[in-house]
Amino acid sequence: MYKDFNLTKTKTKPLESVVKFFITLSAFAAILISIAIVFTLLTEAINFFQDPKVTIREYFTATRWTPTFKNPVYGVLPLISSTLYIALIACLISFPLGLFSAIYLSEFASRRTRKVIKPIMEILAGVPTVVFGYFALNWITPNVVQRFIPGSGVFNAISAGIAVGIMIIPTISSISDDALNAVPKSLRMGSLALGSTRRITALKIMLPAALSGIIASFILGFSRAIGETMIVTIAGGQYPELNLDPRKAMYTITSSIVNVSLGDTPHGTTAYNALFALGITLFIMTFVLNIFSDYIARKYRKEYEQ
Amino acid sequence: MDTKTKTQKELEHVFTVRDVSVSYGDFTAVKNVSMDMFKNNITAFIGPSGCGKSTLIRSFNRMNDLIPNASVKGEINYQGINLYDEEVDPVQVRRRIGMVFQKPNPFPKSIRENITFGLKVNNMTDNLDDRVEKALTQAALWDEVKNDLDKNALDLSGGQQQRLCIARTIAVEPDTILMDEPCSALDPVATKKIEDLMQILVKDFSILIVTHNMQQASRVSDYCAFFTTKATDDGRRTGELVEYSDTKTMFTNPSESLTEEYISGRFG
Amino acid sequence: MNSNSVFSKTKKEKQLKELAFLSILYICVTVAIVTLMTLIYDVISTGYSRLFNDYELGLINKVTIDNPRDFLTSLDSRDPLKAGIGPAFAGTVWLMIIVIFVTFPLGAGAAIYLQEFAPKNKLTRFIELNLTNLAGVPSVIYGLMGLAVFVRLAGFGRSVLSGGLTLTLLILPVVIVASREALKAVPDTIRQGALALGSTKFQAIFRQVVPSAIPGMVTGMVLGLSRAIGETAPLIFMGALTYVNYYPDTPLSGFTAIPIQVYNWIGYPQAEWKDTSSAGIILLLGLLLSMNALALIIRNKFEKDW
Repeated sequence: MYKDFNLTKTKTKPLESVVKFFITLSAFAAILISIAIVFTLLTEAINFFQDPKVTIREYFTATRWTPTFKNPVYGVLPLISSTLYIALIACLISFPLGLFSAIYLSEFASRRTRKVIKPIMEILAGVPTVVFGYFALNWITPNVVQRFIPGSGVFNAISAGIAVGIMIIPTISSISDDALNAVPKSLRMGSLALGSTRRITALKIMLPAALSGIIASFILGFSRAIGETMIVTIAGGQYPELNLDPRKAMYTITSSIVNVSLGDTPHGTTAYNALFALGITLFIMTFVLNIFSDYIARKYRKEYEQ
Repeated sequence: MDTKTKTQKELEHVFTVRDVSVSYGDFTAVKNVSMDMFKNNITAFIGPSGCGKSTLIRSFNRMNDLIPNASVKGEINYQGINLYDEEVDPVQVRRRIGMVFQKPNPFPKSIRENITFGLKVNNMTDNLDDRVEKALTQAALWDEVKNDLDKNALDLSGGQQQRLCIARTIAVEPDTILMDEPCSALDPVATKKIEDLMQILVKDFSILIVTHNMQQASRVSDYCAFFTTKATDDGRRTGELVEYSDTKTMFTNPSESLTEEYISGRFG
Repeated sequence: MNSNSVFSKTKKEKQLKELAFLSILYICVTVAIVTLMTLIYDVISTGYSRLFNDYELGLINKVTIDNPRDFLTSLDSRDPLKAGIGPAFAGTVWLMIIVIFVTFPLGAGAAIYLQEFAPKNKLTRFIELNLTNLAGVPSVIYGLMGLAVFVRLAGFGRSVLSGGLTLTLLILPVVIVASREALKAVPDTIRQGALALGSTKFQAIFRQVVPSAIPGMVTGMVLGLSRAIGETAPLIFMGALTYVNYYPDTPLSGFTAIPIQVYNWIGYPQAEWKDTSSAGIILLLGLLLSMNALALIIRNKFEKDW
């Protein structure tokens, strides 16, 4: 059994080196994509702002966005306000519905019920946004908004906001559910053992314990609402002036990006570059929110594991 | 010129350990171990939990290399060659020195493929079927599985899985087998089968076994090394070798009082 | 003082509060489910006839089409009764093929590197941070990036290749995360067992760990794919919105996709187009449902019970 003991190193096969190289490259592709996004947005946006027809002052203060008019005005204010307005409506709907669904799933539902409802939530999460847009325009607007809120147009912000809100519910619900489930069961048991009800346990013990994850889910949901494109484009309409009436059309950043490109704008025109100015505005908004969400989740997460 | 071949003097010892300490970062798990282990014998490491027995045995086949901040000081010579020499390839070391783990960990593949994996990575691909049969026979498993070689290994019982792990280890023809508490996850019947198997295997291999079970050590081993922990200045406990002798002596007439206390059950 | 009555009063009050709370929870969960059902019902009821039966138009005319299954194979048309989803369906298939062939190796490779080979240093953390951020970037921004990088810089033009590559980048972060989870699920004892037999790290990973993780990786790929085929916004910049009435024949050919086609049809004001869009939505949802079912089957059949 004790043969000659040759312990020199095994040679690496060339195939192994190739594979290792490839997978390393694949991983670094992540950085590459980020760079590509930031770089392309930045360069074309800079082109936009350097265009003599455009001033930064106008971009941030003008109250209309009319790139295709004879005298184009490039004011992003109405777009930002519409984006935030619709996102706010969406949050008003999704935060309570999503959070309470999560509380139900993690604190009240039986295992069997969970098994039924979680997949339904996942299906809801998988519905393409264009379908939600269709639903908003063809069902929500006539049957809900126009019926109950007089003075609403065919394209209105409420409809879009409701649809976006419903689309975001699974996001809020699943992240909050995870946050609630991450709280050690001993906390729940302890509270119940002291004689408090499930309601009080859920609201006064579990909710505060999972708060950081829940807030993170809210911020993330808000970010998604801001970045949502198809629903608002289909149901929100185009009204390029500053408008604070949700019963009328509202034109978000994302809708305007879509609509500018619809007109088959050639490369190099101001309108084309405007796309990227809008793009980087949107990117910055969602990026900041996402970082913030991650920060909240990390910083305030109670350390339960030893 | 190949300077890594054995010399006559060190044939009888399988492992020569000189002043070995193993640390994880700044925490020393076990220190100042010096001992010699002998060919074709069963050597047991015994002692209470936490005294570094598993850590130590894992340095014998360089499995500790996998842990990022693990470091080994001192010399572990295997048949005259320092295992931690720069020119030594840990992959080769692990072929020569096999390991069986505490919880049976067969691959989620067929019984046959569990054994052929080791053979293939070590370029021992001639007569695969014969080698598979030989390994399973040596591990006292052949009769139970010979008609089911394509069955999934995870469908075997715990004891059978562990014997399969032994079979795949000996299939690559090591010289030594390290066993890290191989029976602690098994029932008494399966444990007995493995202990009987060890007595047969030791004729062809040297065996090092870590065990929590004193009685097991007294049953199967020829030599025993008793470890315990001592508190260090920063409040942590570091493992140390207390006594090393042949099993009969250790259990009937140990030289250290600590050994005597452990054997007689006064602590553990 | 009768202690019994004191207890029973508190009990009733408490029970009422509990009941009220539970009702709120039920309502919240129900809203999400009911919305989903309404959406599905509305879509099916309006689009079903267009897809399967003889189509009858309203009260004024009875117009029937001889072979309504032509919807799946017909070209688009200005006539809502004749418009079919053929080219869009083909476009979606083309996109799926491109996405699978590019995403799977990149995603699996990156996951393997990050999970098994990457050193735990700042660079690796940076890659992971990038991946998390990229997952939260709105899809319309990926479209802008695809426009600048694939359509213009790489010179692929407004082609199905550009569209496929853009979708790849969109779902890559998601696929990488799912693949990493699949790799994480393989117990460490398997790696150790392989190494203890004298295999190299490469052999241990690629011959034992990866094969065990493949079902999970495939599931992640299928789920990523189902997200990709529902996306509209990124493809808008690939010229997919223009009136595309032909089947793509090469990767560099122009194209349209099912969600884009549906979006077009939604935009037409005539009432008949609603049914056409619904039919398209049924097809899209059907596709998604089959993909999710496939992912479920793979997961149940192949994933290991460690």
